[in-house]
Amino acid sequence: MTADNSPAPQTHADYENAISFEDVAIAWEKNEVLKGVSFVLPRGETKIIFGIAGSGKSTLLKLALGLFPPDYGRITALGEEVTAMTEGQLFPLRGRIGMVFQESALFDSLTVRENVAYRLVEDRTLSEEEIIQRVREALRFVELEHTLEMFPSELSGGMRRRVAIARAIVTRPELLLYDSPTGGLDPVTSTTIIELLLKQRDVYGTSALMVTHRLQDAYVMATHCFDKKLNRMVPMGAGSKSEVQTTFVILRDGKVIFDGPTEELVNTRDQYIREYIA
Amino acid sequence: MEIKSPIDIAKENVLAVQDYSLLAGQSLANIFRKPRYLGDWLQQADLIGVGSLQIVILIGFFTGAVLALQSSNTLQKFGAMSMTGQLVALSMVRELGPVLTAVLVAGRNASGMASELGSMKVTEQIDAMRALGTDPVKKLVTPRVTSTVFMLFFLAVISDLVGLCGGWMVSALLLKLDTYQYWHTAYQSLAYNDVVMGLVKPVLFGFIIASVGCYYGMTAKGGTQGVGRATTQAVVVASVLIVVTDFFVTRLLMVFE
Repeated sequence: MTADNSPAPQTHADYENAISFEDVAIAWEKNEVLKGVSFVLPRGETKIIFGIAGSGKSTLLKLALGLFPPDYGRITALGEEVTAMTEGQLFPLRGRIGMVFQESALFDSLTVRENVAYRLVEDRTLSEEEIIQRVREALRFVELEHTLEMFPSELSGGMRRRVAIARAIVTRPELLLYDSPTGGLDPVTSTTIIELLLKQRDVYGTSALMVTHRLQDAYVMATHCFDKKLNRMVPMGAGSKSEVQTTFVILRDGKVIFDGPTEELVNTRDQYIREYIA
Repeated sequence: MEIKSPIDIAKENVLAVQDYSLLAGQSLANIFRKPRYLGDWLQQADLIGVGSLQIVILIGFFTGAVLALQSSNTLQKFGAMSMTGQLVALSMVRELGPVLTAVLVAGRNASGMASELGSMKVTEQIDAMRALGTDPVKKLVTPRVTSTVFMLFFLAVISDLVGLCGGWMVSALLLKLDTYQYWHTAYQSLAYNDVVMGLVKPVLFGFIIASVGCYYGMTAKGGTQGVGRATTQAVVVASVLIVVTDFFVTRLLMVFE
């Protein structure tokens, strides 16, 4: 894995928090999914959101992107108030955010190259040579440069997830949203994916919000860092420590019951959380 | 299965009409907004227009032929066999050409649009497109609507023409009518209003086919079963709307005759 060919984030505006949720609530028909959720993701940090299936984790990410509006509450992303913007105003903002969907959501009628290049082609600001160079860089980052002309249906689940990561980072986003990036994958492939996320976090310092129900992934994120010299992830110790803060949010019954760093999570006295992380 | 109250069903239907109207309106408004997806437009025009050409020619030809054959029996009783050309021309240009072509294209393309967009919807590809900063209505719906309207216009004209040719073949080969007489009565019988009616209808039908197909695709939910349901509904609703609209448009245009 080479560490020097992923796009670093391009910053456009001055803001303190990459994302903030203030008393956000949403219900699907009569089912209240989120009931007054509040938290912030400071710029440059990584936050991992835990919760059991159906606790509204994926909904949080889609709300942050403005894919649907909350019933009430205020959401800001990259300094802009998502909840006050129209669909047309949201498109440029979404161009500054990278999202990896739970099932990859690659365009199945396009090749890997076309999938990864999609946003760059839509922007119409780069030449064809520049686009292919950026696509190759992003695919090299996820070690899939050889799949350039393949279709998503020809790839394994893990490869599709890596292509989705390449598609998310190719625009050099300021914020990355990961929706269960390791869901349904085997342990080895999951580790590869987590290593890529660590690399993006530690080498480029991109703000990131990751939802997962896999505790082991969150622990690896919290206890490992990416070593640029060794070009792989290593456990944090005296010699190596991530400069990026990784914190956790735990959702239960549509509410945030924990928001803090690893040490606080490990030493919590809350019975539900202790059982959850046990 | 949960039983819905009549009020809930009424609300759902009103909401569906509202959503459909918004989508149809946006698809038209996007024609005047950038970016314009010319590549997608051409691809859809090829798929809808060129792809439907063979079947439209085949159905148009045999419709004209059977029309001449059926009408000859009745016309013979009144000694008006020479009117065969007129009957085929008026029936094809005013009604059968546009309506049959539209129903065929609805079966072929409204279902295709609903299943394609429906699959994209249930696999989060539409959300991914929005997340990547692209307006899916602009990228997926507008090219389908405009290219269907454009291509259906020409398909209907081709259908009219081959229908007349089918009628002529039957008239000349089976009914032993004079070729010149067939074409002369066919040409002479067509007035300005008949041609206008034959050209306005495919434009409206093309819009109905694409907007209904895209609406059911964009609102599909419930996995593969939901996509199947959306596909069936798209064809049924588009076909019914075509026939109902045909009646009202015909009545409206008859006012100007």
